[in-house]
Amino acid sequence: MKCDIVLAGVGGQGILSIATVLGYAALENNFYLKQAETHGMSQRGGAVQSYLRLSDKPVYSDLIPFGKADLILSVEPMESLRYLPYLSPTGYVVTNTTAFKNVTNYPETELIMNEIKKLPRAVAIDAEAIAKEIGNSKASNMVMLGAATPFIDIDIESIENGIREIFGRKGEEIVNLNLKALHAGRAFAEANK
Amino acid sequence: MTKKLLLGVEAIGQGAIDGGMSGVYAYPGTPSTEITEYIQENEVAIARNLHREWSANEKTAMESALGMSYAGKRSMVCMKHVGLNVAADPFINAAMTGINGGMIVTVADDPSMHSSQNEQDSRFYGKFAMIPILEPSNQQEAYDMTRTGFDLSEKLGTPVLLRITTRLAHSRAGVIPVEKAVSENKLSIPDDPRQFVLLPALARKRYQLLLDNQVKFEEASENSPFNSYIDGEDHSLGIICCGIALNYLMENYPDGCHYPIVKVTQYPLPSKMVKKLEKQVDKILVIEEGYPLVEEHLKGFFENGKKILGKLDGTLPRTGELNPDIVAKALNIKTSLGSPIPEMLVNRPPALCKGCGHHDSFKALTEVMSDYGYGHVFSDIGCYTLGVLPPYNSGNSCVDMGASITMAKGAADAGLFPAVAVIGDSTFTHSGITGLLDAVYEKSNILIMIGDNESTSMTGGQDSSAFGRIESICEGAGVDSNHIHVIEALPKNHQKLVDLIRHELDYNGVSIIIPRRECIQKSARRISKSKNH
Repeated sequence: MKCDIVLAGVGGQGILSIATVLGYAALENNFYLKQAETHGMSQRGGAVQSYLRLSDKPVYSDLIPFGKADLILSVEPMESLRYLPYLSPTGYVVTNTTAFKNVTNYPETELIMNEIKKLPRAVAIDAEAIAKEIGNSKASNMVMLGAATPFIDIDIESIENGIREIFGRKGEEIVNLNLKALHAGRAFAEANK
Repeated sequence: MTKKLLLGVEAIGQGAIDGGMSGVYAYPGTPSTEITEYIQENEVAIARNLHREWSANEKTAMESALGMSYAGKRSMVCMKHVGLNVAADPFINAAMTGINGGMIVTVADDPSMHSSQNEQDSRFYGKFAMIPILEPSNQQEAYDMTRTGFDLSEKLGTPVLLRITTRLAHSRAGVIPVEKAVSENKLSIPDDPRQFVLLPALARKRYQLLLDNQVKFEEASENSPFNSYIDGEDHSLGIICCGIALNYLMENYPDGCHYPIVKVTQYPLPSKMVKKLEKQVDKILVIEEGYPLVEEHLKGFFENGKKILGKLDGTLPRTGELNPDIVAKALNIKTSLGSPIPEMLVNRPPALCKGCGHHDSFKALTEVMSDYGYGHVFSDIGCYTLGVLPPYNSGNSCVDMGASITMAKGAADAGLFPAVAVIGDSTFTHSGITGLLDAVYEKSNILIMIGDNESTSMTGGQDSSAFGRIESICEGAGVDSNHIHVIEALPKNHQKLVDLIRHELDYNGVSIIIPRRECIQKSARRISKSKNH
């Protein structure tokens, strides 16, 4: 098993919660893992990424080589395109469709969606809308994680355990909301991949 | 023992606690900040009440750590690479005094300048001070080398430098810690009452001792469990990998590398291993993150040895951090590239947060300064440096911590009017106060805006030691209290702030305006914390 994931988003969008859940799930399965994060200046609204590498063999580099990522998981549509040079010829792009516009020259959303549609293996999902339907738009990152799970070779039970571990101290209600979000995202991706 | 998922910096924090450290001293700076934050929140550290408060700057931190070592206890001081410039004086001299309790100086370099103004390589400082350097290649080694680094320091009688770079600092991996933290040292003063007295006559003896100790330091490198000679059957090339460079090499040879390798994670260079390599191979590739320290050393001035490949001959790029693709290219290994980035993509530069009080300061300052044209605003290191970018385009310098005040003073000395310094509360505390004393002493005609967000925000909202005392510090430094103004940084006070800036520019002397409002990230965290409790 080997899965190299580029997590993408904008500083402040909380992509690291996704990485943390996957990290717990990987440890539960005794997988090797390395996860490089962006700290510092870019956290102020800049483009941020995390390289998450999971494998049943030792992982050496903290960075994913170009052309080797199995998955780009982006919580923002334009950011999903920024890391295409990392995507392997057989890799998937799973992206949120809600744009985060904090720059004045942000391209027209339609142009971005066209680029995403051109990709051979992509799932575009309105994570906010799905999260809202479930009860809280704040769960959108777990919707995104759910949408990526069909492309990550880890038991869904382990990922559920990761959510229980990360959100446990916030109470049962929050845990259940995020579990629901996870499964809603997963169902969407299964239907639209 | 169960695996813990830790960032490199967290592994260092855990290693320090498990290694019997009694105190960490630090000033926040990316990518080093989370070492201290990890210790601040660690249960054992809290139960043992290890010292873990922030220091005013890296120099005070280094000296405090040396003081703790003097008293027989194990100490660590942490900083980013440029912080070591600030702390260089006590650092170099700590190598002269040696230690009593074990002391680790942890410095995080930032090649590629993700969050820094240069990419200086701290290993040069270690070499300059002539002390051992540890450069872990992964998170587990970061933990192990820190934990055992105190023993090494005590065994060799010297502070040791622990050097990491951004990628290791901010990457997570499974780390297996020891079962139990070792006990702290007992309080003890040095056997030699003059060990720490660097009067010339005594310092000469200490310097000779430091020089004599070099042999021991090198022996320690030769015998270090962290350095190794890894044989390979193809002797057309030998590779020296420093620190995390090994990972990028192995990424390209997952089933083992056919060239012999010397893995360097402890310096001085293990010369026996390097010489053995040199004898066996036709040429040597040096892969190191940062400056070509090892490469330059091996290459020599006349280049009359075997061919040395690396950053100096262009085999590897001279700037920026390493990655698997760069190393692959150096070894003529084919790399692949995904699809190109679509052309319509735009950059997303970092920006001040929505609702941040610095917006209010810059809006007013930009309005007033438009009367004078560009070139009059000296900025500093912090979130407010982002005022240099559109829409404010405010700030014509950003050099080092505290330089806003002193550069404005120098420019005013040269005749520039107006000369305005923009500095944050934490940067002012770090290195602005001494410059202010110079300006007050000479009645320099400058205006200093201290953007007080009651926080060290760029690094995540740490407390600053001058909290609530900025104006009294200015008054104590001798600024006329009629020219010290505090104003709440809010849009409704815009005109008031504009008038105040104009009024103070008319005054020939040192003026201080303190636009104050708590960092909105910090207040949001405070509110959410109080809700959760």
